[in-house]
Amino acid sequence: MLKEGELRIPSGCAISGIIDKESKRFCGEEIIKSIALMHDRSNGLGGGFAAYGIYPQYKDLYALHIFYDNLSVKMQTEDFISKYFEIESAGTIPTRSVPSVKNKPLIWRYFVHPKNYTVKGDIIDDDEFTSRYVIKINKEFKGVYIFSSGKNMGTFKGVGYPEDIGEFFMLDTYEAYMWTAHGRFPTNTPGWWGGAHPFTMLNWSVIHNGEISSYDANRRFVEMYGYKCTLQTDTEVITYLFDLLVRKHNIPIEKAIKVVAAPFWDDIERESKELQNELKSIRSVYASALINGPFSIILGYEKGMIALNDRIKLRSLVAAEKGNRTYVASEESAIRIICDSPDRVWSPKGGEPVIALLEGEQK
Amino acid sequence: MSLDFNSPAFEVIRNEKKCIQCKVCVRQCSNKVHSYDDEDNVIYSDDIKCVNCHRCVVLCPTRALVIKKYPLEFRENANWTGAVLDEIYKQSQTGGVLLSSMGNPKSFPIYWDKMLLNASQVTNPSIDPLREPMETKVMIGRKPEKLEFDAKGKLLTKMPPQVELSVPIMFSAMSYGSISRNAHESLAKAATELGICYNTGEGGLNRDFYKYGKNTIVQVASGRFGVHKEYLNAGAAIEIKIGQGAKPGIGGHLPGRKVGEDVSATRMIPVGSDAISPAPHHDIYSIEDLRQLIFSLKEATNYGKPVFVKIAAVHNSAAIASGIVRAGADAIVIDGFRGGTGAAPTRVRDNVGIPIELALAAIDQRLREEEIRNEVSLIIAGSIRNSADVVKAVALGADAVYIGSAAVAALGCHLCRSCSTGKCNWGIATQEPELVKRLNPDIMYKRLVNLISAWNHEIQELLGGMGINAIDSLRGNRLMLRGIDLNEKELEILGIKYAGE
Repeated sequence: MLKEGELRIPSGCAISGIIDKESKRFCGEEIIKSIALMHDRSNGLGGGFAAYGIYPQYKDLYALHIFYDNLSVKMQTEDFISKYFEIESAGTIPTRSVPSVKNKPLIWRYFVHPKNYTVKGDIIDDDEFTSRYVIKINKEFKGVYIFSSGKNMGTFKGVGYPEDIGEFFMLDTYEAYMWTAHGRFPTNTPGWWGGAHPFTMLNWSVIHNGEISSYDANRRFVEMYGYKCTLQTDTEVITYLFDLLVRKHNIPIEKAIKVVAAPFWDDIERESKELQNELKSIRSVYASALINGPFSIILGYEKGMIALNDRIKLRSLVAAEKGNRTYVASEESAIRIICDSPDRVWSPKGGEPVIALLEGEQK
Repeated sequence: MSLDFNSPAFEVIRNEKKCIQCKVCVRQCSNKVHSYDDEDNVIYSDDIKCVNCHRCVVLCPTRALVIKKYPLEFRENANWTGAVLDEIYKQSQTGGVLLSSMGNPKSFPIYWDKMLLNASQVTNPSIDPLREPMETKVMIGRKPEKLEFDAKGKLLTKMPPQVELSVPIMFSAMSYGSISRNAHESLAKAATELGICYNTGEGGLNRDFYKYGKNTIVQVASGRFGVHKEYLNAGAAIEIKIGQGAKPGIGGHLPGRKVGEDVSATRMIPVGSDAISPAPHHDIYSIEDLRQLIFSLKEATNYGKPVFVKIAAVHNSAAIASGIVRAGADAIVIDGFRGGTGAAPTRVRDNVGIPIELALAAIDQRLREEEIRNEVSLIIAGSIRNSADVVKAVALGADAVYIGSAAVAALGCHLCRSCSTGKCNWGIATQEPELVKRLNPDIMYKRLVNLISAWNHEIQELLGGMGINAIDSLRGNRLMLRGIDLNEKELEILGIKYAGE
């Protein structure tokens, strides 16, 4: 049977996210409780979490979380990494034994920064350098998968129900100002840990419910810009799209959302001349970055959290606010179980993003 | 001269019981197949003159006529077929180059028919175009590498000129001269009503049609017929024609008898003179010369019109296309070997060039590998027969398609492939006034509008089935295609998987 990445596997899912906009950190129990409520939306073949603000002591270093199939590929990879990066700290990611979580790979964590002489200042910056090497290792090293590479954030994922994965990774011992979680219902998977969500690239993390029908159009578009879609998953390509638009092309996040969930041509016609021109330009230049088909996604990055539905809302997504916190989830019940009296609960319209940024951050 | 060895290609069968001697067939046939004998009150038909255009069959009020393949057979021979022998008889009689019309009719593979489309089941929903928006609009033109915004989020990038098409379909270049004024006007009117474009071809643009300018693509070919500043500025875009799928590598020839007053004025050549387009543009002997022409045209139009470059699909199209992008074209048009023509040497038409499906796949892939695909639009032509072909072309990587043969078929063409004779009974490929007037543009343009509207509905239905609600998301989305009856190499070039994979 082919591994994920060698074929394309559609899957349905549950998603949940919480952010404290004042950057107050809280432990992982709440998000586990929320995603666990939606147990039936997963089938035990993938669960995962992204946590922001968990490594304050290493906040300027890239935290690489890596799955290894065996010790020999680990040694090769470490040799390679140490050629281009200073490794400040390395160790296994602590786990607890959970009966339902089986066949675990070797799971290691490194805090690194690119060696100065390897980064040619004007040409590429640290981020670009690191992302290129992450893509290179994932593409070229068999049995190795870097599943998290951001700063002061980390992804934890594996094959199992999300609540079991959360317990396995001891997320109750981490504190973050933002958590996202994913439970997966793949229709066909050999159970590879790398295939679980969230998918991340540098500080971007994406969790996603849906099966995008524009996948190959999106993939072939981002692959023109140096990305390599090794997993063939929607999440991977969505992450690269945002990385390309926001980091490489420097497009404001609100405009990037107009790219992936573009307003309809008929609606554009009704706008002012200036806005029309802007939206037409966006749709023309980034036509291949439009994401089509059903999706609800939660996007995490250093500034905060963005939740988004496809243009005609073919997937469920509910949002709520209470105090400094914003919640989003596939189901309202998954919010109410951890927040019994929200100030406001709503169902965002198709293509209309929920943008919850840390205080002081610009859209 | 010795005996004519040729036998008729068709047999005209008249049901005498049904025939009422109304003589419609006699009046309608410009080839003079039918003749009335008033002594015997009977109509005779001369089979050898028949081109099988169905004009008489369709107009016969009692349906008394049927045209069949002439039953005469040669002694069976898989190699020396009747068609081969007939050509030898013709050439040995005349000493001439064989001429043919319309696209390559031979039994080469039709890759459109070897690709199948996907549809949503369970894991994602199909979308009903009757209930949900379903977008088929496309923007043709050069795209900047990225958009830039200022700190306040205001767009700074100024977009190069674009042509907006409500459906990714345009009417191919067919010159005024090769087709009639009424055919041209039908195309222009239909394009205007549909929000798409038609293409003037290389014969210039009659001043009466400048009013359709917003929906017109003006062509500049090697003969430069009818090209002047006003003409260049009259349309929505300019197309430099380097090659044509039906006759890659050679020019064109409009016989002097088709050059009447009006054609003469439009083309800016004397009445009755042959209009000969040279094989190459004599100011383009290499790619850097093409760049000069592209920018001359942009200068002439104050950088207000996209410039397309059209080439025939040949062996190294992918590399040529890359050069064209770098030469500054806003869109590339690739015309496949099935593409139609008013007249082409038979040997060229039937043996030169490659299938558009393979050329398209190779070019789209090559431009992506060079990271320049997003900068230009890719338009293909060369036998798009229906909406499924359009959808498959877009999935392979095309932004839009041109249709020529399908468009003239909507106007009545029955593909009798006799355009070069100038006696088109349907009033399309002719300049004879009594034939031209058979095609009333005010009525016939609606058939074109109907055709494209019908195709648009079908495209929307197919898109919805795939769970897609904007055609942008289908472009280059090759996972939506699966091959059938194709070998490994063909799959590799098309960049698609085999059905079941």
